[in-house]
Amino acid sequence: MATIEVVERLRPPSAVMRALIGIFTLWQRDLLRYWRDRTRIAGGLAQPLLFLIIFGAGLSPWMGTLGGATVGPDYLQFLYPGIIGMSVLFSSIFSAVSVVWDREFGFLKELLVAPIPRWAIVIGKALGGSTTSMLQGLLLLLLAPLIGVRLQLGTILLLIPLLFLLAFSLSSIGLVIAARMRSTEGFGLVMNFLVTPLLFLSGALYPLNNLPTWLTVLTRIDPVTYGIDAIRRVVLSSAGVPQPVIDQLGVTLFGHPLHPLLDAAIVLILGIFLIVLAARQFARPD
Amino acid sequence: MPATIEVRGLVKRYGAITAVDGIDFTVDRGEFFGFLGPNGAGKTTTINVLCTLARPTAGSVRVAGHDVVREPHLVRQRIGIIFQDPSLDTQLTAWENLALHARVYGIPSSSWRPRAEELLRMVELWERRNSLVRTFSGGMKRRLEIVRGLLHAPEILFLDEPTLGLDPQTRRQIWVYLAELRRQTGVTLFLTTHYLEEAEQCDRVAIIDHGRIIALDAPERLKARVGRDIILLSTEDNTRAVQELKERFGLVPMVVDGTVRIEAERGDELIPQLVRQLTVPIRSVSLRRPSLDDVFLALTGRQIRDEEASDLDLMRERMRVRH
Repeated sequence: MATIEVVERLRPPSAVMRALIGIFTLWQRDLLRYWRDRTRIAGGLAQPLLFLIIFGAGLSPWMGTLGGATVGPDYLQFLYPGIIGMSVLFSSIFSAVSVVWDREFGFLKELLVAPIPRWAIVIGKALGGSTTSMLQGLLLLLLAPLIGVRLQLGTILLLIPLLFLLAFSLSSIGLVIAARMRSTEGFGLVMNFLVTPLLFLSGALYPLNNLPTWLTVLTRIDPVTYGIDAIRRVVLSSAGVPQPVIDQLGVTLFGHPLHPLLDAAIVLILGIFLIVLAARQFARPD
Repeated sequence: MPATIEVRGLVKRYGAITAVDGIDFTVDRGEFFGFLGPNGAGKTTTINVLCTLARPTAGSVRVAGHDVVREPHLVRQRIGIIFQDPSLDTQLTAWENLALHARVYGIPSSSWRPRAEELLRMVELWERRNSLVRTFSGGMKRRLEIVRGLLHAPEILFLDEPTLGLDPQTRRQIWVYLAELRRQTGVTLFLTTHYLEEAEQCDRVAIIDHGRIIALDAPERLKARVGRDIILLSTEDNTRAVQELKERFGLVPMVVDGTVRIEAERGDELIPQLVRQLTVPIRSVSLRRPSLDDVFLALTGRQIRDEEASDLDLMRERMRVRH
């Protein structure tokens, strides 16, 4: 009777194995979709470029060298790592919109009835979103020579995990919101209310020292602050800016300058907290 | 044949709304089982519980030998589902969609690839396997979903209104494929539908209304319960015709959709008498054996067909969501 090739009935893989397979498959799917969607790649580059070229080049001549010393970076060089962070911020948060899309277009159902745990879907999505956002941020490193920032290989190798961490944390914020969202419009609205303050408070556009107290407090609550601080410290140090100037332009917490590793740790802890939250929201059955 | 689906006292409530109100049934292995009922009767909710997408409020449900609450992943491994709405990744190719499915179901490449090829050939999509699903028509997407649903060799294939929104020709074609697949794989089919002609093909049909099963049997036996022939009369004056039929023939006529409907033991013998003796001019007469719609009408006083207009609303609603 059965003329169609019969699938081997293997012993079903263990729960951990099923989760790993699910995570990997979804990660790969996001990468494939990213690679295929060239307009998204180009569009994701356009906005940071405009910021750098128009906003940065326009302000730069008025600012001179930052940090009061003749050896300090100009505004464009200060802005550059911030814009890399901004690009990661935009693309990670919006990568989570694909969950809402998948829900609207039905593909999410295919995943929900597959024999993989629901939390694995969330983690796969977060990793997929972080990887593509990291790539988007790394693409901006190509501009370094134009900005007058020399990057060594070591710097780039250091930036990869930093960008990934920031992207992971931000993708998780997106997923927490997307977990219960039913329409793309609703998601877009919430995101706009979230992304703009996250960006403006993050120190991407101006140094976060000598600010009024209320603003200092808000900027230290913004998780993007720490991600961008780590990126900026690494990039400026690679550009040959002396450490005292970097500390002056970098973020301080309770009066102490932060080390990039501490920045990274703060972002990581927050990312883990958020992804657990997203997974829990997602796993709630109907 | 052993049962592959066993449902006992299933209740599903969403807040104050009771979508499924205590149903019991079993489906045998290899059976073609249908759930027939109007929209909102509880068909999709039942399928969602059976497919582990929704937790039952009460009752026990075993599917493919496993409890849906205690061992959902074992159930998932053994069932395939064609959802009411499309559920493909349209940004990927047909083949990539299948590869993704095979991966999350843990099927080795050596095993799923030849099977995918055979299934794709059968539904005539093999040539298009490397096209993006975005470029597929509604019928092609449905066929691909059927292939995907069968890729991991499930014991049961759930079909939730599989032909909703497709044109009649595509609907027929889908059923030709499904019949062939069933013949070749022996898979159990669990269908929900509100199309009568689809329910007619089932081995057994459960008629569901307001979350309860009001009849469950083979379509022929269900129709035999209504039993009598159905005569449809179109006249110049239906009100007078009804009155005459009651008074002079002792019949119980009903007016449905502008025609007079009469049930009779020997319809073929009654028609000549009616034509001769009714004073109201008759425009047309037709005689037919009872359909499942008549069964539904006899059980609930309503027609399933009444609700079919909502198909169009549903489509419109979907278009709105999509664009």
